Parts: sequence; C-alpha cells; structure tokens
Amino acid sequence: MSQPILRAESLGYGTGVVLHSVSFALAPGERVVLLGRSGAGKTTFLNAVHDRLVAAGQRIALVPQDHVLVPQLSVLRNVLMGRLDDHGALANLASLIRPRRADRAEILAILAGLGLSPEADRAVEGLSGGQRQRTALARALFRGGEVLIADEPVSAVDATQAAQLLGLMRARFPSAVLALHDVDLARGFATRLIGLRGGRIAFDATPPRVSDAEVEALYAP
Amino acid sequence: MLPERLSRGSVVALFAGLALLLLPFADLHVAGHDPWAAVGRMAQGVLRPDFAAIEQVGWSLVLTVAFAVAGVALGGTAGLALAPFYGNRIVRLTCVALRSVHELFWALLLMQALGIGALTGVLAIALPYAGIFAKVFAEQMEDADPRPSAVLPPGVDPLSRFLFARAPLMLPAMRTYSLYRVECGLRSSAVLGFVGLPTLGYQLETVFSEGDYGAASAILIIYVSLIATMRLWMRPHLVPLWVLLSGVVLTSLSSPPMGQGALLRFLTVDIVPAPLRNGEGLGAFLAWLWPLLTGQVIPGLAATLVVAQIALVLTGLVAVATSGLVVPSIAGRLGSLAGHLALVILRSIPEVMLAFVFLQILGPSMLPAVLALAIHNGAIIGHLLGREAEATGATLRRDAPRGLTLWAWELAPRLFGRFLALCLYRWEIILREAAVMGLLGVATLGFFVDGAVAELRLDRAVVLLVSAGVLTAGVDALSRALRRRIGADRARIQRDTSC
Repeated sequence: MSQPILRAESLGYGTGVVLHSVSFALAPGERVVLLGRSGAGKTTFLNAVHDRLVAAGQRIALVPQDHVLVPQLSVLRNVLMGRLDDHGALANLASLIRPRRADRAEILAILAGLGLSPEADRAVEGLSGGQRQRTALARALFRGGEVLIADEPVSAVDATQAAQLLGLMRARFPSAVLALHDVDLARGFATRLIGLRGGRIAFDATPPRVSDAEVEALYAP
Repeated sequence: MLPERLSRGSVVALFAGLALLLLPFADLHVAGHDPWAAVGRMAQGVLRPDFAAIEQVGWSLVLTVAFAVAGVALGGTAGLALAPFYGNRIVRLTCVALRSVHELFWALLLMQALGIGALTGVLAIALPYAGIFAKVFAEQMEDADPRPSAVLPPGVDPLSRFLFARAPLMLPAMRTYSLYRVECGLRSSAVLGFVGLPTLGYQLETVFSEGDYGAASAILIIYVSLIATMRLWMRPHLVPLWVLLSGVVLTSLSSPPMGQGALLRFLTVDIVPAPLRNGEGLGAFLAWLWPLLTGQVIPGLAATLVVAQIALVLTGLVAVATSGLVVPSIAGRLGSLAGHLALVILRSIPEVMLAFVFLQILGPSMLPAVLALAIHNGAIIGHLLGREAEATGATLRRDAPRGLTLWAWELAPRLFGRFLALCLYRWEIILREAAVMGLLGVATLGFFVDGAVAELRLDRAVVLLVSAGVLTAGVDALSRALRRRIGADRARIQRDTSC
C-alpha cells in the first residue's frame, strides 16, 4: 500500500519554484528513477522526498549528488558515519579513535563489493572522483534502511560497474528513489520511471509503458 | 561618506596624495653624524659574523623560543575556548581590546604589575594572540563545509556530529594558522628584548651599544635561520614536547621579586587617573585629561599617522619592485633564488628590529621607522604576490612573453587588485607598529607611552594606549570599507599576512 509523500506541492529552493504542483507516493518494493535534463528539478524532488520520509520517522539512506564526505577522515570512518545515530556520543567517540571490530569487518565486506578494499584506511581527500562516489554509496549501503535516496549515484563510474553497483543497491534496499542520466541503466533498474520537464511531471509509469520518444522529448531543447 | 564603488586607481591616488601631503610634516633628516662610516662598520660585521659570544646568544635564543611557544600555546588555548562564543558582543569586544594593544605595550604594562619575569613575557604574547586566535578560529569554524553535518541522519547526538562532521573539516586550517602564529610569536618574542626581557632583542641591543657588529650579525643570522627552519622543527606531534620544554625553561628563569599585592595595586590604583584616585572630582579630571590630550595623545597619534601613511606608500613601492624578483620566468632561476633569500631575510626580521638597526645608522628621526616599516611589509607583500605570480604564470598560454614584459603585461594587471587588498590589510599593522616604534625614540605614540611608564604614570600610559587602540580600530574599519568598495573583501587574505 503506497504512502502519499507529496500532495500537489510546489517545490524549490531559495525563493524560486523549480517544480509546480507535484504529487508523489511510494509503495514498498518500488524502485523509482527520475529522468530529466539537468536543472529539471530532480535534486529538488529527491531532497523533498528525503525530508518527508525522515520526518515520518523512516530510516533512509542518502547518496547526495556531491557525495558530502569528510575529506580528512578515512574511507572506513566516512562509511561508519552512516550509523552514527545508532549509538551514543561516547560509543561514537570510541569508534572515531578506533572503529569496533565488528563494524570494521562489515564495512570491509561492503568495500570489497565496491572494489574499495585497498582504500579503506586512506583519507578521502586523496581519492579519485569515482572512488569518492563509491565511498558515498558504501556509506548508504552500510546504513541500510527502508528506502534509498540517491542522486546520480553512478555518474562517475563506467557502464559495466554502474550496472553492478545498481545491483548492490537493489539487493540492499526494499525501495529506492534515484536520479539517473543513463536511460538504459534506468530502464534496467526501475519499476517505475518519472520524467520531469518544464517544472512538471511529464510521465510517471512502468518502464515498458514509457516510449523512447517520450524519454527523448525530455531532453529535447 | 564614501561612494559605493571606488576604482582601484583612485584608491592608489588617494593614498599617494595623502602621503605627499604629509611629507612636509615628517622629520626625515639624517641625524647620525657619519652614516656611511656606520654602514661600513656594519658591513664589515655582516661579512665577518662573530659567533664567539655564542653561549650568551644561545641561552637568549632558547628563551626566545620558549617565550614564543608558551605565549602562542596559552593564547591559542584561550582563543580556542573563546571562539565558539565570538558571536557574543562582550566576548568580541574583549578580543578587539586585547589585540588592539601591541605585544610590546602589553609587556611594558605587565612589567609594572608582575615584574620583569617569565609571566610578563608569556602574557605579553598570549593576551593579544588570544584575541586574534579567537577571531580567526571563529571564522574558520564558520567557513568549514556545513554539508557533511547536514546529511547526517537526524538522530545523531551533537558531540558525535561535531567530532565526525565538523572538527575534521576545520582542524587543518586551524593547524596551519597556529603554525603560522608560532612564526609571529618568534618575532614578537625576540622584539620583547627591546623592553628588557632576556630574549634576542636584548642581546642585539647590548652588542650594538658595544659596537660589536660581528656579534650582531651572528645574532641576526641565527635568528633568521631559526625562523626559516621553523617548519622543520615545529612538527605537529612535537608540539606537546616543545610546550613542556618551554614551561621547564621559563620556570627556571629567576626574576627580581615584586612586592606583595603589586598586581592588585596596579589594577585598582596605578591605572586609575590620578585626580579620580585622589577623589578630586570631574573638574580636576578634565584639567588632567586636557593637557594629556593636547600635549601627548594628539601629537603622538599625528606623528604615528605621518609615519604610517608614508611607510604604507613606500611599502607598496617595495612590494611592486620585489614581487617580480622571486618569479623564475622573470628574474631567471638564480635570480629568483636570490630574490627568495632576500625576501625571507627581510620579512623574518621584525619591523622594530630593523628600525633599531637603521636608528644606529641614521640617528633618531622618522626616517629609520619609515624605512623599516616599508622594507619589512613590502617584503611580505612582495613574497605573497610573487607566490601568486608563479601560480598564475603556470596557467598562462605557452607562448607568453618572458622577463619584464611578462611581468608588466600578464602578471601586474592580474595581480593589481590583490596587491591593493594586501596593502590595505597591512595598513592597520603598519599603524600598530608605527606607534610601537616610539619605544625606540621616534616621536610616535610609543615615545609618550614609554615616558609615562618611566615616570610611573600608568594612568597616562593607559589613556595613550586606549587612544592608539581607537585609532587602529578606526583604520581597520576604513580599510574594510575601502576593500569592499574595490571588490576585494576576502577575509582569507588577512590570515596568512597578519603579522
């Protein structure tokens, strides 16, 4: 049964409105992918959905577009930050100094799946763009939760790896709302596609019911 | 009062014109009776540094480092504790007051209360530095990227939020700045010798008065190498060790004992204006204040301004002339190395120390002070501009010209705004230092402060220091307004140039 999240709302940041009168509901098990040109409002949409779900008390994992890692901390500690709210201040302080063995093992397993094992104890500031993106993804995978919200989570890796990473996300989270710019990847991952254009929802349907022409129209000048 | 936008050219014209107007009021004559002979004797000393007296110098070197490390550590800790509350008006005003008084003036005042001992030297550095640290740390906390904390799940407790997502982001900037402050501290500490503390400045004064220029040259060589190698020995993990050693060294320092209750007497009696202390009423207070204002405050401030404004314009000239010298594509590889060396030496030696040397050659007038300020500050700005010119040069097209043409056509236009901003930032510093030069005998404000302290009229000294603080604060505000109007108001510049 799907829970309404947005009810004919206008969304934006600052004083400008980016999206007009959008409605959105998410059913358990649904994997939603947002499509649209850059500036179409995908990030605004994702942020709004994230805030509503968090306010509703759900456990959400987030992969922000610019990763938002702490450059000075190691990959392992950045991943660990996904679960800071599960522990008290003293436990967190202890794991900042020395991560718990169980956490470390669990994180190393996740990093192995992402091809980041050699980087586990390196500071994030020394990593490439693709490695940072996978670190942000590892943080979300470690956190877990009912819904994954990810903004272009595979934009900095090649197509083969992107498909593999999307597989990991699919296995970890019951539901997901993603923004992707690769239409083929989107069709392979999603149970539902939403197209944004001109500040409105252009289509909202299962992938087979969205034609290539409709998708192309999103990106037309 | 000022128009919303000012062209950079008009700001330059304004300052150059003001300096020209003040020139007739400046006492710039050469008072020494045979300056060339003095230069000759000093040159011989420079060529033949005499390390024979190294034992005495060695101990004052140790003390110079100890005062600097202890002062910066104490000031930094206090600044760190104050920084989170910097938004509070009382905290902010306290910090402004602390840093508006120069280290040497603090030392002069503290000596009256605490005697000429270790605590006076440490506090003379720690008090103004606490005010500076608090401001800069507060800015660095504000500047740290807020997003990692924002994307943390909402349930995370404040302490974990701070430790994981805030502290790691601000620590590198704070560490860099603290290291830079140690360098400032080494300068301050050496200069404290000129008011009698047992640091390098004291040794320098002694050997100069004996005409022992070989030893003076040795002291300056040791001092410059101390500062130039600082990054090698001041390692983050060695900091606790250095602080501990400084503490040990300073506690071993014996000082003449002060009478019981000297501090209390200083705070409650000595610095209270005499007529109020004696209960003579407001009329007597005004009768006391008026001659002080007209006879000391106003002449002192006027002379300070004259020295500072002329020195500022000369600083700009020195900076422009030296900035190209450190860029290999302009001065050649060897030339730029020599340029770097010269600038390192000139900016390592504090203004007061340079002025002291020039005074020995040129005799007492405003000239040594103006020259010292212009050379030291010009070298700092020249160094910063040169570093940026090198960075800019790397991004230029491959077929860019070389030598003077490169400097004039490609670099100077790009760096002009930055140059002006740096000069405006240093305006306040030049003014502070110009006031302090009075302690060496130049007729600026410090001269009157020194006189008042010597006569044990601390109430007068405090009035003079407050007036210097007000003038500095005014210049700071004006400088900020000008920077905003030429579109160069970036706080970051100040951090790596503020001493």
